[in-house]
Amino acid sequence: MDIMNRRRLVTAMGAALLSAPTWARSGGQSLVLPFAKRPLVRYPQKRPLIRLTTRPPQLETPFSVFGEGPITPNDAFFVRYHLADLPLDIDPQQFRLNLGGHVEKPLSFSLADLKRDFPTQEIVAVNQCSGNGRGFFEPRVGGGQLGNGAMGNARWRGVPLRALLDRAGVRAGARQVTFNGLDNPPTDGIPDFIKALDIDHARDGEVLVAWAMNGADLPFLNGYPLRLVVPGHYGTYWVKHLNEINVVDALYDGYWMKTAYRIPDNDCACVAPGGKPDKTRPISRLNIRSFLTSHSPEAHIGSGRPVLLSGIAFDGGAGIARVDVSTDKGRNWREATLGEDLGRYSFRPWQLRQSLPSGRYAILVRATSRSGETQPLDPRWQPAGYMRNVVETVEVIAS
Amino acid sequence: MKLLLPCFLIAASSAGASAYRLPLEQPITLPPGPDAELTAATCSACHSLDYVTTQPRAKGAQFWTDSVTKMVKVYGAPIDPADANRIAAYLAAIYGTPSKNGRP
Repeated sequence: MDIMNRRRLVTAMGAALLSAPTWARSGGQSLVLPFAKRPLVRYPQKRPLIRLTTRPPQLETPFSVFGEGPITPNDAFFVRYHLADLPLDIDPQQFRLNLGGHVEKPLSFSLADLKRDFPTQEIVAVNQCSGNGRGFFEPRVGGGQLGNGAMGNARWRGVPLRALLDRAGVRAGARQVTFNGLDNPPTDGIPDFIKALDIDHARDGEVLVAWAMNGADLPFLNGYPLRLVVPGHYGTYWVKHLNEINVVDALYDGYWMKTAYRIPDNDCACVAPGGKPDKTRPISRLNIRSFLTSHSPEAHIGSGRPVLLSGIAFDGGAGIARVDVSTDKGRNWREATLGEDLGRYSFRPWQLRQSLPSGRYAILVRATSRSGETQPLDPRWQPAGYMRNVVETVEVIAS
Repeated sequence: MKLLLPCFLIAASSAGASAYRLPLEQPITLPPGPDAELTAATCSACHSLDYVTTQPRAKGAQFWTDSVTKMVKVYGAPIDPADANRIAAYLAAIYGTPSKNGRP
């Protein structure tokens, strides 16, 4: 129960109600985040997840899952939609992915075409929501009040976007590639969710059009039958139910690029708390983060004998060089041992044996990348609540 | 029989593995107030009300005015200005100040 205690699991109502016809009612279990209480809700293909919103669904992974291993199981992987009209009936035989725009030859692919006519590629990569951890921002900001569970690490399988673009023949003057999925706005006034990548990024050979994660078809809520995988970049670019790719010869200026998902255009992507940026740019690469996953806040650990502390670290693709752990609020740091390397875009496990005398401890974890990026001890702030990456603290009791 | 077969197949495929069924949406009740019903009906036309109820408290009236304005101007919500003002005022009254249990 130690790990489950991470965010105190509470049963709000009797167990008898758990067998009620629908799990959508919030009368079942709930989970307490430091800033709010949320229902734990079961959706098809998913284990009970923390529900932030219902329509469209936004589901967060209970943090204890990250202690189970560096790969996030499909049934625990977080869910984030923007638009409420979901493509609930997708026929894999009829489904088409269309590629057009500024190309020599517009193409249309079935799922079978993609799997048969191109080399498949796999990559382990973290998908993290831009607003992961937004609920911890101080001062608070509007938007989805997420804990740290809007992230996950999976082995993605698909066809390199470059191979599709090469087949269509990108014409001279191409500047960006746009991506649209089958999910639609509930009313005409809401801009469709379309994202764009620069042409060189789209052709880097790492961006995938993926049909599988962790050896199985994408779960519906994670983008079945195809989603874009943009290693090292925030989840906003990982368009789900992907069915439309367009090459454009200008900077795409749709709402979800030009207005939404913007960060302060400076080195720290931050402003003074409560302030506003003068200039913004589209959010892009993940910054570096690390977490303790072996112990939850207020966990009790044995004193005076070595205890195994462990967790995960990741960044935008430089790869993790080291992880340091402090048990005295940051005065002294010890280097942890890194675990299995699943690639530079993956969660990197770490562990450290530490003996603690009786008392209360704040455990801090700080990762450093191969390019020298590290985490700040004080949180950076920005009005949209994106890119939290402060050194996280977990308080435990040794006795 | 030959004529019936395609209909049968269509019915079977629409209930097949490719059809995803979301759990039934449960109604969410907003705290009582003069325009609670107007607010619930208007906001829930496009999204579930947990989008509203999960927002941080004590952000002041401007936060809610800005939110409603964004729904109208950016997302094209068909709300007339008088209703928009009433909705923003209601939300500011119930969520704009610190909650009684001290939760932010």
